[in-house]
Amino acid sequence: MGNRCAVIGVGQTHYTTKRRDVSIAGLVREAAVRALEDAGLTWKDIDAVVVGKAPDLFEGVMMPEAYLADALGAAGKPMMRVHTAGSVGGSTALVGASLIQGGVHDRVLVVAFEKQSESNATWALSTHLPFNASLVVGAGGYFAPHIREYMRRSGAPDHIGTLVAVKDRQNALKNPYAHLKIPGISREMVESTPMLWEPIRYLETCPSSDGACAMVLSSERAVTGTPAWVLGTAMRSEPIFRAGRDTVNPQGGKDCAADVYRQAGIADPRRDIDVAEVYVPFSWYEPMWLENLGFAAEGEGWKLTESGATALDGDIPWNASGGVLSSNPIGASGLIRFAEAALQVRGMAGEHQVDGARRALGHAYGGGAQFFAMWMVGSDKP
Amino acid sequence: MPSEVTASSGSTEDLVADHVLEFPGGYTRTTGPVIGRFLTELRDGRIVGVRTADGRTLVPPLEYDPQTGEAVTGEFTEVGPAGTVESWSWVNEPRAAHPLDRPFAWALIRLDGADTSLVHAVDAGDARAMRPGLRVRPRWKTSRSGHITDIESFVPEVTKIVSPVRMEYRVRPGRALARFLEGVARGVFLGCRCGSCHKVYVPYRLSCPQCGVAISEEVELPDTGTITTFAINNLPDPRAPQVPFVSAYILLDGSDIPMIALVGDVPAHEVRQGMRVRAVWVPEEERTASMSNIKWFAPTGEPDAEL
Repeated sequence: MGNRCAVIGVGQTHYTTKRRDVSIAGLVREAAVRALEDAGLTWKDIDAVVVGKAPDLFEGVMMPEAYLADALGAAGKPMMRVHTAGSVGGSTALVGASLIQGGVHDRVLVVAFEKQSESNATWALSTHLPFNASLVVGAGGYFAPHIREYMRRSGAPDHIGTLVAVKDRQNALKNPYAHLKIPGISREMVESTPMLWEPIRYLETCPSSDGACAMVLSSERAVTGTPAWVLGTAMRSEPIFRAGRDTVNPQGGKDCAADVYRQAGIADPRRDIDVAEVYVPFSWYEPMWLENLGFAAEGEGWKLTESGATALDGDIPWNASGGVLSSNPIGASGLIRFAEAALQVRGMAGEHQVDGARRALGHAYGGGAQFFAMWMVGSDKP
Repeated sequence: MPSEVTASSGSTEDLVADHVLEFPGGYTRTTGPVIGRFLTELRDGRIVGVRTADGRTLVPPLEYDPQTGEAVTGEFTEVGPAGTVESWSWVNEPRAAHPLDRPFAWALIRLDGADTSLVHAVDAGDARAMRPGLRVRPRWKTSRSGHITDIESFVPEVTKIVSPVRMEYRVRPGRALARFLEGVARGVFLGCRCGSCHKVYVPYRLSCPQCGVAISEEVELPDTGTITTFAINNLPDPRAPQVPFVSAYILLDGSDIPMIALVGDVPAHEVRQGMRVRAVWVPEEERTASMSNIKWFAPTGEPDAEL
């Protein structure tokens, strides 16, 4: 795993439908400045910058890293861009961490963003190349069949997705940065919303958000303030078109989890992890990922959700921040998971703090559930 | 001005006349020093306010402070030119005397540096563009005479631009896709079998994504298969005949990887996992080397397959 690495600063913008008042540069700057303030540092203390971004065609800004160098104080410094679809925020943190772990730099700023109000994501993902006959079904249309298959295999009752949709939005009410705030959110409210891509209802999907998230990563000797120590990092991918690929419980996700748990000394994730921030853009992905990440046996994830174990007051809270279901600036969504995990073990998560959280998992996935990025962070130096 | 009298049938009850009351050339008004200064500055393309004895800036200037009754000071200060809309009323049908010939807003605008607000027109295009807090700037007439209409109207500040992105290029399908499309053109699905893992892939391809080895064995697949799973989409798609429509993963008989396709000729809520389906091809004379040759997949009526 190389040298020790710690998160010493976290900065987020408030996630919202439209940030009309700032450019993309202004948006990323806001998150970066807050991360620097949290770390008690200035631009000159940063050695290198890593930017994460979903496909360029979303906002139509080609090579945004070049345009954003000034806004991120990167002139004269190494700057690179990461892109692994929806998991990019997680991968960005991991690339930044690798620069510390490899001893290349002492302090790295990692930033990811999306301005969905000016992004044409569904269009960009369905560009209708000649000879093909693609359907415009969006991410929801792509993932709905996998959810249906999960329900068939596991025999999970229909209301499990509703429970997650309610739970994550209740958590969002405690997170000042969360986008969707629905006071009085209830099962009835979720169930009264229309099916968009059956079996996915409107309130079982993530919103479209504008926002950015940033972290300052540090080597051991350069730590300032309260560190969250990186205990393990892993990335995996698998081909989207591969015969026999299990799209409900992807091998890439299982392998990635096994790798990061091995590094962090996690034998039983449910027992050994205090809080998890997991990429759940559609409510049913909570029980699916509970199984994929080893918190429950195959076919049993929904029972964990139903028991309340993943609620803020459960024994293994998932998405105390409100998760992707409450805030989804796509490129940043993975980085937010990683940053929220760090906030928890630093004891700085505010109203959605899980008491005594010492070890936290940050998770992101992307593409057709084919890219995975995970890290474990802890309050104790490894 | 002479009046035009219209009379009919001699009855005085129907007498109607159009009349214009207008002093020829218009009245004159002496501005006095305060209003005169304001209008002179307007002619030069500047907006000024006047200071009151207690330090407030009145825009437009008044000669006497309405709050105290005292004369204002002789101190003028440039304000704006930008300002903030405080409230507005939308005019859907502008009249002849209005400053604009298209729908606009009358707005109370607090110019930067002013303590009072000015009434003027805002050319916002659409009532939905108006909101309290909207930042606006004056659009000046090129020929000015020292009148409030020297400002033609206010317009919103630039907050957004349109950035067209367009690429034109020629696409060649490549060897594998070209071969597959040859099959599709004659109503056949061409797949291939990996010599290493023996999995059958469709569409036809030249290498195995699992093993990484080159594939040479071509396999002609039937146009029947099984729905492994599906979504019922309630958002419209240009290719789907209606909403809701079903997009499904279909495992063609003899292949090892499902393809995503539309399902038709069956109500959406009667589609099942395991349902047997067959491709519905467009008539032969309409076929091209494209996947649009397949209209959708429709149920065969056979018993469901085990999943």
